[in-house]
Amino acid sequence: MTANDPSPNHLQLTREGQLRHFLTLDGLNRELLTDILDTADSFIEVGERSIKKVPLLRGRTVVNLFFESSTRTRSTFELAAKRLSADVLNLDISTSATSKGESLSDTLLNLEAMASDMFVVRHSQSGAPHFIAESVTPGVAIINAGDGRHAHPTQAMLDMLTIRQHKGGFTGLKVAIVGDILHSRVARSQIRALNELGAEEVRVIAPGTLLPRDVESLGCKVEYDMARGMKDLDVVIMLRLQNERMEGALLPSEREFYRLYGLNQAKLALAKPDCIVMHPGPINRGVEIESAVADGPQSVILNQVTNGIAIRMAVMSMAMGGQMAERQQKQMNSEGARS
Amino acid sequence: MTALLDINQLLDGLEAGLRRILEQRGVDTPALIGIRTGGVWLADVMSKRLGLAEPYGELDISFYRDDFSRIGLNPKVTPSSLPFDTEGRDIILIDDVIMSGRTIRAAMNEIFDYGRPASIILATLIDLGARELPIQPDVTGRVLTLDAHQRVKLRGPEPLHIELQETGQ
Repeated sequence: MTANDPSPNHLQLTREGQLRHFLTLDGLNRELLTDILDTADSFIEVGERSIKKVPLLRGRTVVNLFFESSTRTRSTFELAAKRLSADVLNLDISTSATSKGESLSDTLLNLEAMASDMFVVRHSQSGAPHFIAESVTPGVAIINAGDGRHAHPTQAMLDMLTIRQHKGGFTGLKVAIVGDILHSRVARSQIRALNELGAEEVRVIAPGTLLPRDVESLGCKVEYDMARGMKDLDVVIMLRLQNERMEGALLPSEREFYRLYGLNQAKLALAKPDCIVMHPGPINRGVEIESAVADGPQSVILNQVTNGIAIRMAVMSMAMGGQMAERQQKQMNSEGARS
Repeated sequence: MTALLDINQLLDGLEAGLRRILEQRGVDTPALIGIRTGGVWLADVMSKRLGLAEPYGELDISFYRDDFSRIGLNPKVTPSSLPFDTEGRDIILIDDVIMSGRTIRAAMNEIFDYGRPASIILATLIDLGARELPIQPDVTGRVLTLDAHQRVKLRGPEPLHIELQETGQ
């Protein structure tokens, strides 16, 4: 772990080991990750009922704090909070107070004054949710909805849920992540989760210009040739080519990228016949993935979206529960001290 | 004490009580729901004893517990499963032990999220009194008053038996 990526476990977990913020998968052990997946399984069942709501966060206020816009992630967080019976406030900060010169701390103080119980934070700066978790009033839970190139833990966990649904578990699995690893916060979280949950092999397949330095240290093998990389795969995860994050000439052209690293039926045929195809969305058809594959029988891309709601319900309720249990514990301790 | 807690006697009592109340209310095809974990074991037994053809439902009330704000979410929650539509049905809700009544309140709230039942009959194997909410079972195997240092627990599923524990104090 590097200096600008401090272990946040004193922040993320209560003394009893319950989740109280959800900032990164670093430092979360297999048991806790499995608890999150199991809890999400129960929320999938809730999504199939006539009334798709449980009362866990009744009376709580959840603020979606998006400093960087994202329709899909924000709407699944919103739906997740509403299915937990919370009141939800969506703030698109990129078009709001900060453009009038208000500082991040002042924005947060104002939101806390509205008695918010949880902030779901997306920010282009790595570490922003971590910073907010350190400075926020005790009792308020922070959920990372993607920060810079650092982490996107709920996306990685919904991917793990999707893999477990289709493969039954992680033991013996060979998984490849293909494309723009360099700009991807998702890839980092995925590699971490796959290793902790016991996948046999994690590969990244990408051109050298789209790989972070020392990528192997994250716990994966590197493959530059896609045909070789597809061999024996159980799961292939395609990443979106993040044009908006590209600085300088990292790629010769989109067409060249598609020829070398795009997923088409011929390349997919090199993997195991039951290999599933995943993509965090939004997909660039004809840039990373052929339409016939994206819409084909091995694609589980839409399952990922459904699972995203369940995973977000799981981490939101677990973190809020941890905060409330901790508050209760403190209250009892202070009463004990007085008597 | 052990003689009082003969499981077969209690199950016989529960079955007889259920038959009586179903007849009184003219219910022919009740839908059976057990609360995890003990209530599900009992639902399995009662389903066979009452000769119900329809599979029984299993309820995990973790998402409806009123102590979430005190202790957080149960990390070992499992999906509820109701293999029938509750709308308009006569339901038998079954659990091993009733005390405060809070579990039953949570279970009824959950059942209503699947649809509005016509009626709910509450059956519990053991009633320990000590109620905190105005909820009473319609049928119970035995009413039991425990000393402060005693705990009772249904163990199972094979064989189903009742354990009376004496705690230190």
